[in-house]
Amino acid sequence: MDITADQTIPEIAPTFRLQWEKAQNCYVVLYPEGMVKLSPSAGEIMKRIDGAQSVADIISELQQQFPDAELEQDVRKFMEVAHDNGWIRAKQ
Amino acid sequence: MTTAGFEQSSKGKPLWLLAELTYKCPLQCPYCSNPVEIAKYQDELTTEEWFRVMREAREMGATQLGFSGGEPLVRKDLEELIAEARRLGFYTNLITSGVGMDEDRIKAFKEAGLDHIQISFQASNEELNNYLAGTKSFNHKYEMARLVKKYEYPMVLNIVLHRKNIEQIDDIINMCNDLDADYVELASTQYYGWSRINIDQLLPTKEQLDNAWQVTQKYKEKYKDKMKLIYVIPDYYETRPKPCMNGWGSVFLTIVPDGTALPCHAAHQLPIEFPNVRDWTIEGLWNDSEGFNVFRGFDWMKEPCRSCPEKTKDFGGCRCQAYMLTGDARNADPVCDKSPYHAELHADVERINKLAKEQDPNKDEKPLMFRNMRNSKDIEKDAKKPHLETTE
Repeated sequence: MDITADQTIPEIAPTFRLQWEKAQNCYVVLYPEGMVKLSPSAGEIMKRIDGAQSVADIISELQQQFPDAELEQDVRKFMEVAHDNGWIRAKQ
Repeated sequence: MTTAGFEQSSKGKPLWLLAELTYKCPLQCPYCSNPVEIAKYQDELTTEEWFRVMREAREMGATQLGFSGGEPLVRKDLEELIAEARRLGFYTNLITSGVGMDEDRIKAFKEAGLDHIQISFQASNEELNNYLAGTKSFNHKYEMARLVKKYEYPMVLNIVLHRKNIEQIDDIINMCNDLDADYVELASTQYYGWSRINIDQLLPTKEQLDNAWQVTQKYKEKYKDKMKLIYVIPDYYETRPKPCMNGWGSVFLTIVPDGTALPCHAAHQLPIEFPNVRDWTIEGLWNDSEGFNVFRGFDWMKEPCRSCPEKTKDFGGCRCQAYMLTGDARNADPVCDKSPYHAELHADVERINKLAKEQDPNKDEKPLMFRNMRNSKDIEKDAKKPHLETTE
């Protein structure tokens, strides 16, 4: 399944955990013995990946929140990167 | 333990907390990274004391918590510690031999919120595994690894590599694949403490290492979508040192069973007085103790490090190695070929290579010194002897 397609429902992969870190002031992805800090925009996307919303839902929600930004391509690109890193997968 | 995935924080926060809960262990691996003086660490922190350590480290920004030892399963309060760690928001890692585990405990850990289990294997076959571990444990470990996957934990398998098992690297990687490991750490023995005592029998030859490297590269590609292979190279064959702990007191905080806080789990051996959590808060010891400040920054360095452009990259290498091999922890790590001690280290590595090649397979070599409380006490006694003689 194409992780960037409109109807795909992405979810966080079981090995990973997304968490807001007060001390770092950012979202982080945690996995065995490691951590990746997310940029503010990556954090905005990742926190909406909940195994319920589709890629199209996420894009439209972000578009409402940030009406002046052209973000559709960035969101799809992020899905690809997050998928390549193993952080997310398409819900079956 | 790997440092991969952790960038160095400019503010220097203890992001990684390693909790060495106990030095008791049913295994006796002759390359154990625990100090040789394990028998001296009897006064272990209580459950409540660990709760406080975890809470204070978390308040400072720690995210990763490793429960290690010795064998952490020996602690009866492990389930409680995991539950509290998870409640505080840690990503919780259990670093274990698997001995002392059963299905009920794996289930209880899951309910407590444990995120990940790392199991160590000593080899890919029963005979060698059990010989190196000094205990019958291979089949149990195998069964536990299956259960770890059954309960849907991410699983890291850790195999410490040395001359006795490195030629089985193919079998080791295939075993990890059979067990559906998510990550495999092929960690070359680092020569401190017990492994330093046994270095003549453990250091792999150059040929063995080159071969293991090639085999690992092949499997990295083959299994890349399924299992991540992490190969930790042995630095004795390098010409530049490792950036040890990503810099002293910058990311890692180890608390040993009696509450002593260390910037690295091998730092016991340094002639430095390290703070104890029974006397300090985590914030206090991290920011203000001499032990955590002594090698921060670059002012402590001697030549050739002081004027070296690479000092910001490798921080002069490992302080413990510098101390062990040169007698002064401020010297450059002798792994670096700019160190005046590098030739000496190189000659020693050559000597061991020669020893390994001339070893008659039909003859016993020097026996391994296994890691256990009896040997620890004997070594301690031996260390005291010359002192007693001079005072008589």
